[in-house]
Amino acid sequence: MSPIDWSKPRLRVRGLRKQYEDKVVLGGVDLEIYPGQIVALIGSSGSGKSTMLRCINLIEEISDGQIWLEGEDISVAGIDQDAVRKQVGMVFQAYNLFAHLSILDNITLALKHVQGKTKAEAEEIALGWLDRIGLADKADSYPDKLSGGQQQRTAIVRAVALNPKLLLLDEVTSALDPELVGEVLELIRDLKETGTTIIMATHELSFARDVADWVVFLDQGVVAEEGEAAEFFSNPKQARTKEFLTRLKR
Amino acid sequence: MTELQPQPQPSEAELSRRAFRQTRKRKSTLIAFISTLLFAAAVWFGLISTPGWSRVSQSFFDWPTAVASLPRVLEGLLLNLRVLVFAVIGVLFFGLLLAVLRTLRNPIFFPLRLFARVYVDFFRGLPLIIVLYLVGFGIPGLRLEWLGRIPAEVLGTVALTMTYSAYVAEVFRAGIESIHPSQRLAARSLGLSYGKTMRLVVLPQAIRRVAPPLMNDFVALQKDVGLISILGAIDAVRGAQIEVAKFANFTPYVVAGLLFVLLAIPTVRFADRISAKLASREQAGSTL
Repeated sequence: MSPIDWSKPRLRVRGLRKQYEDKVVLGGVDLEIYPGQIVALIGSSGSGKSTMLRCINLIEEISDGQIWLEGEDISVAGIDQDAVRKQVGMVFQAYNLFAHLSILDNITLALKHVQGKTKAEAEEIALGWLDRIGLADKADSYPDKLSGGQQQRTAIVRAVALNPKLLLLDEVTSALDPELVGEVLELIRDLKETGTTIIMATHELSFARDVADWVVFLDQGVVAEEGEAAEFFSNPKQARTKEFLTRLKR
Repeated sequence: MTELQPQPQPSEAELSRRAFRQTRKRKSTLIAFISTLLFAAAVWFGLISTPGWSRVSQSFFDWPTAVASLPRVLEGLLLNLRVLVFAVIGVLFFGLLLAVLRTLRNPIFFPLRLFARVYVDFFRGLPLIIVLYLVGFGIPGLRLEWLGRIPAEVLGTVALTMTYSAYVAEVFRAGIESIHPSQRLAARSLGLSYGKTMRLVVLPQAIRRVAPPLMNDFVALQKDVGLISILGAIDAVRGAQIEVAKFANFTPYVVAGLLFVLLAIPTVRFADRISAKLASREQAGSTL
């Protein structure tokens, strides 16, 4: 396991608020993530997990607060959003892969058109990743010929292949059949070894306990409790956390 | 997992079901055949029993006239085909351009967006025949010396392109809007710019998806190329008109009509084929 670098946070979030008209989705969230860390974002549906990830990737306009990526304020007015997104990868629940492109082309697209790599360079990187996740023989297949788990794994390595400073995973297993969840989680576990910094919103609590270094429990738009994964799950402090954990265990 | 082996011998129950389906299928075919025969006979006798049938059959379905007029009508049809080719290229280009203009969000493009919108509204409402008159007689009326004399078929092509671009732009726009927002988000979060997302991710999928309705518009265009005859171009319709005047018999119109239908059939079949092919890939990109 690659060690976590505690000297400087990779991502810092202060007082992040997001509201629509009269509905407050995030009510002032603070967060710090260090290079190599895997952070699990848990909480019931509607607690603001997805919104938080979308704000960090600048897909949603934030209502207040600040976000820094490696010390640079990415929430400042007039920031080049494309430049930020080049450094922050994101994978969604579903519909991630481009249906008109082969698996290989899905991965090489951004390598070529964002990072300016040649076709040969991009394909070498892509095939390396496909080999690693055991899908090298599917390189020329189209997404509709892959299982949901294979599609999601491809979507994840497509983001990782760009070497993002931060990878956001938004409930990447929620839309999958139960028997396909395992292979996707296995890939995330594998990514931990590569030192990728990850924030993942997830419902897979046992997986969060296993793989995450840090767990953040969002409840009604605020961080209700956070802590080291082992400590968080074995010894929750807040009543809300206890209630949430027992509810899911049942 | 072990592969399931095909059953060597179907069961008694299955055999009786197959026999039943076989009989039912034969019966259906027979009923369809008899019904078609009766229907055709009814139409036929209904037609020839009309008081004017002998006159109509003489002046609309006269074989010698059909044969005699065929060369000129065919020659005219070649002009229609040439016009069709240029119009299709023009319509694809301008239709896509208008659709993309309408999706631009940057305020600097506001006038272009407005133009695209007004254009589409205007030309979808304006009857094609009026566009043909305005272009066909209006542009030469400007007396632009450097343009020289523009042939009627060129003016007709321009008018057809102007009208059909508006329809096709709406088809393309529907296609662009039908692409799941996650596809756009996925592209943007990979760092692709707005323009590259459009060009590399959205448009290729949108164009595939709207291919069937697009083909439908082109089938309509294919027959509307016959309207250039009103500007004086000697196409199949005008050719038929000349032959009608020569023989004092309407059969050449029927000949021209049948040729247009024959021309449309391959396009229609092709459209069906690509629709079927696309439907099989409709679910792609989803993990569900």
